[in-house]
Amino acid sequence: MNIEKAILAVITTDKAKIDGGAPIFLCDDLEEMQVVAANLEAIMDGIAHALSENLYIIVKH
Amino acid sequence: MNEYIYAIVFGILIGVVARIIMLRTDYRQYPTNLHGKIIHLSLGFIAASLGAMAVPALMEQEYTAITFLTLAASQFREVRNMERQTLTEIDELELVSRGKTYIEGIAISFEGRNYLVILTSLVGTLVYILFNVYVALITGLICLIIAKSLMSGSTLKDIVAIDHHPLHFKDAGLYIDNIYIMNIGLKARQEEILKYGMGFILTPKNMNVITTIANLGQRQAILHDVSISLGVFRDSGTPALTPLIKRDLDDGRIGVFILPQVREVEKAAEIIGAVPVLENAIRMPSQSRTHNKNEEADL
Repeated sequence: MNIEKAILAVITTDKAKIDGGAPIFLCDDLEEMQVVAANLEAIMDGIAHALSENLYIIVKH
Repeated sequence: MNEYIYAIVFGILIGVVARIIMLRTDYRQYPTNLHGKIIHLSLGFIAASLGAMAVPALMEQEYTAITFLTLAASQFREVRNMERQTLTEIDELELVSRGKTYIEGIAISFEGRNYLVILTSLVGTLVYILFNVYVALITGLICLIIAKSLMSGSTLKDIVAIDHHPLHFKDAGLYIDNIYIMNIGLKARQEEILKYGMGFILTPKNMNVITTIANLGQRQAILHDVSISLGVFRDSGTPALTPLIKRDLDDGRIGVFILPQVREVEKAAEIIGAVPVLENAIRMPSQSRTHNKNEEADL
């Protein structure tokens, strides 16, 4: 089986909301989230998608 | 020198002229200049020779000679494979890929053009032998005109209405009108997209068109042609900046999201309109008998 899309990282300020597989990056505020997500996006060649205001995922397409 | 030599030379000439007319290097930069062109001109010459030789062979009652036309057929199928392979290889390294349907369309037309050349030469030589050089010249001209018209297909502006719509974000979702394109999380990216992006809505003019423009290959062809003509604001490793086309499932309209380097709305609309309708994407549900029968029953 070929997995075409994968969540490479999760970025959030709310630890209570997440658990499990992908690497999780905890941030103090929304501004830090933007910076971390932008960096990860560039590093991983993925896209930062916003699931809610304080929960971003980096997805490889 | 035998009696047919002038007829054969004439046939070859008219065939090669036909190939030259049908060989255009345009904005697609395909065939590539010089070397790509030489390959196709040489193959055109071979095709023309085969076509021209067939008639004298028949006249001399060398019926077996006609079998080399089958050789020609397999030869030109090879041309199609060659084109397909080259283009597929190159496609991986394009910023916005052509897509398989577009490649197949190009490959098919290269094969088809060679058959048109054979036909032109054949008719040219035949008429030359039966009548004289003047009649042959006129026939040749008619063949060229027919070949030219057979070669050109329709373009998108014939089948859809093209309207510019500004892009907007609803939370992280990028929309054109009411068509959802993709989710962009980063604020900085969103601003970039609003600044550099452009949105168009293509509204199909009839039912057949809905299926045609829904074809993923046709959609990719639109994106490719626009990025070739207007440039594209993206690089490797920036998957968030990807031109995309999404479909409105309700009515079959498609939303075209592009990131052109040259941001001129008029020009972009014109270029989208000039995208060829790919023959492999054309669907004709209205020609289906079963479908029409149901329609009549409904009425």
